[in-house]
Amino acid sequence: MDWLLTGSNLIHDTIVFSTALIFAALGGLYSERSGVVNIALEGMMIIGAFTGAVVTFFVQPFFPSPSTVAPWIGFFAAIVVGAIFALPHAVASITFKADQVVSGVALNFLAAGLSVYLTKIIFNGAGQTTTLSTVFSKWHIPLLGDIPYLGHALFEGYPTSYLAFALVAITWYVLFRTPFGLRLRAVGEHPRAADTVGINVKRMRYTAVIISGALAAMGGATIALTTTSNFSHNTVSGQGFIALAALIFGKWNPGGVMWAALFFGIAQAIKSLVQIYGLTAYVPIEVIYMLPYILTILVLAGVVGRTNAPAAAGKPYETGSR
Amino acid sequence: MNKWRNIFLAESTLVPLAAILLGLLTGALAMLAGGFDPLLAYQSLLKKVFGNAYNFGETIRQITPLIFTGLSVAFAFRTGLFNIGAEGQFIMGMLASVYIGIVFDLPAYIHAPLAILAGALAGGLWGAIAGYLKAARGVHEVITTIMMNWIALYLANYILASFLVPEGKQNSEPVKETAVITIGWLSQMFDSARLHWGTLLALIAAVVFYVLLWKTKLGFELRAVGFNPHASEYAGMNVNKNVVNAMLIGGMFAGIGGACETLGVFHYMSISAAMPGYGMDGIAVALIGGNTPLGVILGAILFGMLSFGASGMKFGAGVPVELIRVVIASVIFFVAAHGIVRYLLKPVLAKQKEGS
Repeated sequence: MDWLLTGSNLIHDTIVFSTALIFAALGGLYSERSGVVNIALEGMMIIGAFTGAVVTFFVQPFFPSPSTVAPWIGFFAAIVVGAIFALPHAVASITFKADQVVSGVALNFLAAGLSVYLTKIIFNGAGQTTTLSTVFSKWHIPLLGDIPYLGHALFEGYPTSYLAFALVAITWYVLFRTPFGLRLRAVGEHPRAADTVGINVKRMRYTAVIISGALAAMGGATIALTTTSNFSHNTVSGQGFIALAALIFGKWNPGGVMWAALFFGIAQAIKSLVQIYGLTAYVPIEVIYMLPYILTILVLAGVVGRTNAPAAAGKPYETGSR
Repeated sequence: MNKWRNIFLAESTLVPLAAILLGLLTGALAMLAGGFDPLLAYQSLLKKVFGNAYNFGETIRQITPLIFTGLSVAFAFRTGLFNIGAEGQFIMGMLASVYIGIVFDLPAYIHAPLAILAGALAGGLWGAIAGYLKAARGVHEVITTIMMNWIALYLANYILASFLVPEGKQNSEPVKETAVITIGWLSQMFDSARLHWGTLLALIAAVVFYVLLWKTKLGFELRAVGFNPHASEYAGMNVNKNVVNAMLIGGMFAGIGGACETLGVFHYMSISAAMPGYGMDGIAVALIGGNTPLGVILGAILFGMLSFGASGMKFGAGVPVELIRVVIASVIFFVAAHGIVRYLLKPVLAKQKEGS
């Protein structure tokens, strides 16, 4: 086997698999940095994948195959619907001070049920959407993409992958270089102090949870519109929880989250590689599946580095409380 | 009479009842939006559950694991812990019981109890890991239990594929006849619905839950830590030990549930890409039941009926079965956000105050 080609393919696949994780983990980052725990990432991704697939399905007849307008419309629809879907979580956990974990559990249930329910209604009882005829096609970046091996590895990806990496930089800038980011972090670390200096804690948290829903939905939509080309009950299948793991593994920092998502993406890319080369006898596939979850626990247990969650994550804020 | 009125109007019963109604209402709205008849659908659901002996028996089969996982979540809740890991503990219980059931050759009076005990231990240990990480390392149990669920799923698949499932198959060998806990004569009474001793065990577990928490020193400590860990520490209790104990015992409930499911219902275990789901439903059951044993049983009956009756809705009114997940999600949501329910109930509660 040509190891250069193999390596090139591995990096290429890693980026494909990591894209959805980066979107969703960044979503979780906004929410948790503002003090709202979000274990509903999975549900938000499901809603994103569902919306992306269904909307693309209905607009693709107007934009025949070579055009990629249809998947973009689906992608943006997913952003909007994801933001709306996050609202109940915000209302429950911010306005009504509900337990944020329970509210997240409810949203995960709701997304899993509602998406398949609606799919069956729209597609005459079928459990998955009809396969899409237009999805995102890979962008071959001129010149850079022509570099042998490296070009295929890094510069022949889906447009959503480039967007995800751009969002990592944007998120870093927003969080650490803008007044909005400072306020967001203040609200998540010490809401009372933030309130005292005139920051509207509840409005900040609402904004963060809505951004979170939009980003996680982008993650779901990117799966449906690149790798699977349809939506079914197992399109997302636990990737929201891997994203949650990436958020923790990346220590609630945009850069860290990106590396964590890439690392968990490798795990998925290796999985297909291991199967192709018949190495399953040496590395059980289940061990690779388990890896992200085991590593997250080890990190949290302090075996591999230490983490510090935002101080006020999970605590509802009562205006004027002491 | 007055006493019953008080029980019914107490806020602790009124809120869950209102949440159930709001959940069913949300489901009805979703059905109307999809062009279905909600009344016909709910009628068909009830008809499915109570229509004939077989379906009624199968509903009981569906309720049983929910009692176990509900108790598991509720038990941890009492010590202030949120056990999202009933799912993984349930899987480990299934795995351990099936292993004992297949590999060992023992007389029936030892084999079945041993397999159930193994399930309890496996589930308990799986829970205790999260408890230990919380106690010794301060890791939040919500995150660890979520991760442990997925690890359990893949670990079980690995062990099944390596040791218990014949090459190229999806299902394990059946457990030995001696480990089976299906009740033959009862199943025959219910047109061969899969009824088993696990249901009785579930009810016993609910009694154990009550006695353990409210009648023993251990239970007193567990509840004290749940109310206020700092005060408990000051009073000389070992908070860390209690955290591990709560997760251990909670995990055992779920583990027994898993064992009963394999030994009583399927008699084998499958390699599966998805979780069985009983652990997640257990969260809903515990929440709606207010973390009391009686509440858990009632909650399990409700959600068991809804889940099993869902196929009746499909048959009678054409409603996709997933609708019932929307109803359950809404119920959880309204219990969690009981502020919303209280807000809606304000007139009722105000009147009650006037009356007294």
